[in-house]
Amino acid sequence: MTTSDTSRRQFLVHASLGLSCGWLSLHWPAIQAAQAYARSAAQSSPAADFQFFSREAGVEIEAVAAQIIPSDDAPGAREAHVIYFIDRALVTFDKEKQAAYTGGLKQLQLKTGQMFSGVSQFSSLSSAQQTELLTAIEKTEFFELVRLHTIMGYLSRPDYGGNHDQAGWKLIGFEEQMTFEPPFGYYDSEENKRG
Amino acid sequence: MKKFEDKTAVDFVIVGAGGAGGVVAKELSTAGFEVVVLEQGPYFHESDFSHDELHFKDIFDPPAIGREVITNDHSLQPNTFRKTADQKAKVTAFAQYGRCVGGGTVQFTGNYWRFHEIDFHEASRWGTIEGAGLADWPITYADLEPYYTKAEWELGISGAAGANPFDPPRSKPYPVPPLPVKSSGVLLERGARKLGWHPYPAPMAILSQPYQGRSACQHCGFCESFGCEWGAKSSTLASVIPLAEKTGHCEIRPNSYVRKISTSKNGVVDGVLYFDADKKEHFQKAKAVVLCANGAETPRLLLMSKSNQFPQGLANSSGLVGKFFMLDLGSFAMGTFEHELNDFKSVRVTRVVQDFYESDPKRGFYGGGGIDARFEFYPIGFALNGLAPDVPRWGAGFKKALKENFNRTITIMSHTTCLPRESNSISLDPEITDAWGLPAARFTYKSHPDDFKIMNFFRERSLELLDAAGALTKWSWPLEDAGFAAHLMGTCRMGNDPGKSVVDKYHRAHDVPNLFIVDGSSFVTSGRNQPTCTIQALAYRAADHIVRTAKNGTYRFSA
Repeated sequence: MTTSDTSRRQFLVHASLGLSCGWLSLHWPAIQAAQAYARSAAQSSPAADFQFFSREAGVEIEAVAAQIIPSDDAPGAREAHVIYFIDRALVTFDKEKQAAYTGGLKQLQLKTGQMFSGVSQFSSLSSAQQTELLTAIEKTEFFELVRLHTIMGYLSRPDYGGNHDQAGWKLIGFEEQMTFEPPFGYYDSEENKRG
Repeated sequence: MKKFEDKTAVDFVIVGAGGAGGVVAKELSTAGFEVVVLEQGPYFHESDFSHDELHFKDIFDPPAIGREVITNDHSLQPNTFRKTADQKAKVTAFAQYGRCVGGGTVQFTGNYWRFHEIDFHEASRWGTIEGAGLADWPITYADLEPYYTKAEWELGISGAAGANPFDPPRSKPYPVPPLPVKSSGVLLERGARKLGWHPYPAPMAILSQPYQGRSACQHCGFCESFGCEWGAKSSTLASVIPLAEKTGHCEIRPNSYVRKISTSKNGVVDGVLYFDADKKEHFQKAKAVVLCANGAETPRLLLMSKSNQFPQGLANSSGLVGKFFMLDLGSFAMGTFEHELNDFKSVRVTRVVQDFYESDPKRGFYGGGGIDARFEFYPIGFALNGLAPDVPRWGAGFKKALKENFNRTITIMSHTTCLPRESNSISLDPEITDAWGLPAARFTYKSHPDDFKIMNFFRERSLELLDAAGALTKWSWPLEDAGFAAHLMGTCRMGNDPGKSVVDKYHRAHDVPNLFIVDGSSFVTSGRNQPTCTIQALAYRAADHIVRTAKNGTYRFSA
């Protein structure tokens, strides 16, 4: 075990014993600041440019994602920067899905022209038309893939470029923390009150 | 940490640093023996773990999210699967196991159920079942009880002795009290009491209080599929492996993939052949080998270790290596409730019911099990698999359901018996190989009809329980046969008759005097599908026997 492991371990043990106020107050802000920096860096860099998508392709895929998790009074896929998550996934851990997107987008635009003559861009359809088209292709592998990536991008750690401002987590009521204290929910809280 | 050279014949090579291997390593090294533990997977520490669902949580395809980081990576080590021997097996991500130092205990949920007395002699009690090879264990609960206690105290198990009226006798209470109840646990308790059942605080391999220099659980909620960043989960990585290393007699050698157990001309084990991280082959000499590689990798390695002297594979004169494969069966039912549960916090399971543990002849079929309540999901997994079947899969309705139900959903999960059948097996695939050129594990598995009947019985009880607990909505799915396995059992069964079993009651291979096999493969029956506690109790018992007999010279080791 390395020295840093040892001190981390001691910190963890002490924290749980409630003895480590000194260590905690000394190091915790630094830890938090480092995490915050990593997150903001992760989110700001891809916003400038896509690494895989062309601008046009990005707009099209984002329009699909925005139908899967739409925007209403709460942020949807668009506000959560899901498109940046997908773009980054396609140049990192899901590189092998690039062809599926390129081919899928071509089919999507073809279908757009077939269903709504004279229109070549999915994103320029009205919302009702978009829903109609996606309903027609919702059993395809391409739709499944975009759905999966949209969900991932909406609910994964913000470090991956999506879930901007933890929008997805806020919607569902999830919090990511190293520690929680009981009672956790309504029923155990009620039970505690009864004694 | 002590380092040994390959050419030094160490007292013991242990294959696998998991739930069993970690325990055996600690016991043998503290007794003064020189031990090398060869582990396929990497050596992670608490600081390597995180709450990253995309990184650590792998869900079987489809859909695939996350990486296979602390479990076996099927892209490197494929499995093949078929239901029956007349079919051709297809590549399938079938078996999941921990593949790192600490093994499955790093990423398991932490359920820690002892077997009951009945588990060891169900064949005598129940009789013959057509299409199954139900047999008694060669040991009783009383034989194992001291080692259950030892496991609970050495590893650190939270629980309340005496709270479960169906619990078998115990010589000592748990070392630390149960973890705080969650809303899912309160709901299970309310429902169960209404039905006249007997809920009790779950025994968990997660510390409720600081213990032996380790931290208590801080309720971050990332247990199942994740490594514990607090070291509060009582994995062998956090508990006994550091003690083994501290002796100065034990080397944990990660990224070491054993491909063959080698035997000398006189039929005893003399070492193991393994690949290092760079796929370079080594031969580690040993006076004895303890195989703790799990219920799938153990029989696979024995079958890969065939030689002129052991043409059917090592320790396989019975032909039973790989046979009687059993896995984790059970049922799910889900429900939603009026108020916020916040069950994403803290450990998975806080209350259990074992009212239907024993087989009841009145039901007309063999089988039993236990029930727990939990929230089974992390955010992405919930969106993919946690909503009721009638919820839209995308659009405004989908989003609304995500918002309303993430914090209001629980799963009632049952854990049930899996009958041992000789036709269910692990063997070597004749065509498919892994990234090292070794034959893939081929799984052949079809549940016994009684297994389905008991799963169905539990599914009905679970739906009843949701109603009794006041669920607003509830659902479950039609039962299907197992499509994957995480609890791998029975493939080198223990017994007194060398013609009908692979290891004796002290886990020594019937055919090879200096080869011991201790992990889920030793199981004769499945228990109620929570094997870790019993695997580790068996490991303590086997190690105790090995230490005593090695010291008094009963066993002639090779060298």
